[in-house]
Amino acid sequence: MKIKAKIRRDMAVVKALAKHPMETGLRKDKKTDKIIPAKFIKELVCKHGDKVVYHADFGRSVSKNPYVAFTFAGAKKGDSIAMTWTDSDEETLTVETVIK
Amino acid sequence: MREKRRLLLKGLLGITTMATAMTAMPRLAMAKWSKAFDSSSVDDALNDLYGTTALTTDDTITLKIPEIAENGAVVPVTVKTKMANVTKISIFAEKNPQPLAASFTLPEGTAADVSIRIRLGESQIVKAVVEADGKLYTTEQEVKVTIGGCGG
Repeated sequence: MKIKAKIRRDMAVVKALAKHPMETGLRKDKKTDKIIPAKFIKELVCKHGDKVVYHADFGRSVSKNPYVAFTFAGAKKGDSIAMTWTDSDEETLTVETVIK
Repeated sequence: MREKRRLLLKGLLGITTMATAMTAMPRLAMAKWSKAFDSSSVDDALNDLYGTTALTTDDTITLKIPEIAENGAVVPVTVKTKMANVTKISIFAEKNPQPLAASFTLPEGTAADVSIRIRLGESQIVKAVVEADGKLYTTEQEVKVTIGGCGG
């Protein structure tokens, strides 16, 4: 997951790109004619310290390699934020970054 | 004798494939993740997510989405509003197999301004729903899709 966070007009602007296949479970493998099992991110959470500043729940209509952007107040340059996604197989990934 | 062995092998094979198919089945949704994401109609999803389908149309909500999407697999959407006390924003694609695409919970201090990229299976109306002060507001836009985003 790539995250960019910057301070703009006292607000932290966060842009994140998660690498994930986001399989809907509705697609068929053309060669084997079998349904590709669903595997998609269900939850994406961003924490600034202990505070949750962003919580997104995804369905199957979110594109492959999800890209999100959001803005929150109360952070300053040099603070770090941590983003975590959890997918339908309950795999998770957390990535931390420093706000520029 | 030989034939029977074949039969036994076949039987065993059948059982193992069945077992793998069962473990591969999607697990039950996690507690927090709303079952609204599995609903096949907008109204059902609204009911599951908010407990109501009563929406007030409000054109001050900005729903930024291309009118013509060349590639339905990746359609950028931005939902923005100047309303105060926004707690939730959700995005619906009416004709997708499961219309609810994403739902954002925004704590105090987080701007009511979210962007994401979604899939659209065909040309359709995309709806944004904003929850502010416990009330639901909505706006929508039609999107024409040249290549669908849900096929193989």
